[in-house]
Amino acid sequence: MENIIELAGIKKSFGTLEELKEINLVVKKGENVVVIGKSGQGKSVTIKCIAGMIVPDAGSIKVFNNEVTDMDEDALRALRIRMGFLFQSGALYDSMTVRENLAFPLRRVLKIKDEEEIEARSVEVLDAVGLSGALDKMPAELSGGMRKRMGLARTIIVKPEIMLYDEPTTGLDTITSREISALICSIKEKYKTTSVIITHDMACAKITADRMVIINDGICIANGTYGELEHSTDKLIGSFFK
Amino acid sequence: MAADSSAIKKLLEKIGEQGLFFKAFVRNLFKPGFEWSEFLRQCYFIGYGTVGIVMLTGFILGFVLTLQSLPTLQQFGAQTFVPAMVSVSVVREIGPVITALICAGKIASGIGAELGSMKVSEQIDAMQVSGANPVQYLVVTRILACLLMIPLLTMVADGMAFLGGFTGINVKGGMSSILYFRKTFGGLSFTDLYPAIIKTFFFGFIIGFVGCYKGFNSNKGTESVGLAANSAVVAASIGIIIVDAVAVQLTSSLVYN
Repeated sequence: MENIIELAGIKKSFGTLEELKEINLVVKKGENVVVIGKSGQGKSVTIKCIAGMIVPDAGSIKVFNNEVTDMDEDALRALRIRMGFLFQSGALYDSMTVRENLAFPLRRVLKIKDEEEIEARSVEVLDAVGLSGALDKMPAELSGGMRKRMGLARTIIVKPEIMLYDEPTTGLDTITSREISALICSIKEKYKTTSVIITHDMACAKITADRMVIINDGICIANGTYGELEHSTDKLIGSFFK
Repeated sequence: MAADSSAIKKLLEKIGEQGLFFKAFVRNLFKPGFEWSEFLRQCYFIGYGTVGIVMLTGFILGFVLTLQSLPTLQQFGAQTFVPAMVSVSVVREIGPVITALICAGKIASGIGAELGSMKVSEQIDAMQVSGANPVQYLVVTRILACLLMIPLLTMVADGMAFLGGFTGINVKGGMSSILYFRKTFGGLSFTDLYPAIIKTFFFGFIIGFVGCYKGFNSNKGTESVGLAANSAVVAASIGIIIVDAVAVQLTSSLVYN
């Protein structure tokens, strides 16, 4: 299976804080890779490096075989069109309605001018995330779970090949977390995406992961399926599953 | 000594950041795909949202300036010079500077707070990571809208100051509207107008640029939104006063001499 994302020897410091010490990660086409770790261990920094939002101090990041660290803004923008990023907060444009939020990437990124196509795609993705009928709502009228769904809808509307999820279930109740996790799986099936999911929610990891990577103290310490890692004899790895 | 060098380093870093932000603005200014709808929306918010306070301030400026100068000039029997004196003062200096300072308070702080909260809630990051161009969409449109609207608002303020002057002169005495406005516009020459108008474009740029820069570079955290708004007003006001001082020196030596 073709490698879609390859991280090799990624290092990143913020001032004196060494956030990433040695991150190596390979994500193959169509895989859902869950990255888990305690808070402040560099999980979010890792996917922000993949998206080109943070430049690492050392190491190589290849996405679709292109070196991200060598890209200028225009090349990064072209790459990001093939990539979707779900932020922890949803990051909805709060001065725009749901309809305008969904139309934004279509008009400004894909340069679609046909209003009928924009409307049809908006309705389609809202149906896909279970938010039919919310088109004319403002983000402030949506609940936490709805905001996540809406953020997901805005991300998948451009049909990305890669999905990066930053803590998709944080701050949600158990039932909604399970629904969002199921949604991540259904998006993978429907849109054939390759995904990296950052989380510390083991229930979400269990539902969504084809493979898991554990980051601790800026280093990848384990790599395997949920079942393999769950039965690990290593105390630190085992502690994530308790 | 160490504290001094650290402060100098920070200052140089800030100057460097502003230079890079300016470069990003210029680079995106000439990129295809200009956001006309967002530009027009910003022109509407900046222009329509500020015109009321600018009109009121302009009117009061002209009114007060007339009432304050009238008694002194009356002592010399020179009260007929009041309209010309007011018009020259307003057009050359008071109108542009006061309008710009009001706009710094209203527009720069508004832009700083809006972009600051977008930054804090990761909306700008979301825009960037979706492949959209946040500098072109948010920064270029706002700076150009300020560049266009501040000169127009200044002209509105100047006009209202003339009306305020007319009201003021008729409170303390009497002068027909025909005579007043003939004296007002008769006292003005082209050399009074164009340096003032050029100056207002710089003021507009400062207001837009500082507001966008402060908002775009606000650190994470809700407190930084307030700080971005606050520091945008302070920095824009200082910038306006410095540019005005330079403009006065330049026009004094190049135009009025």
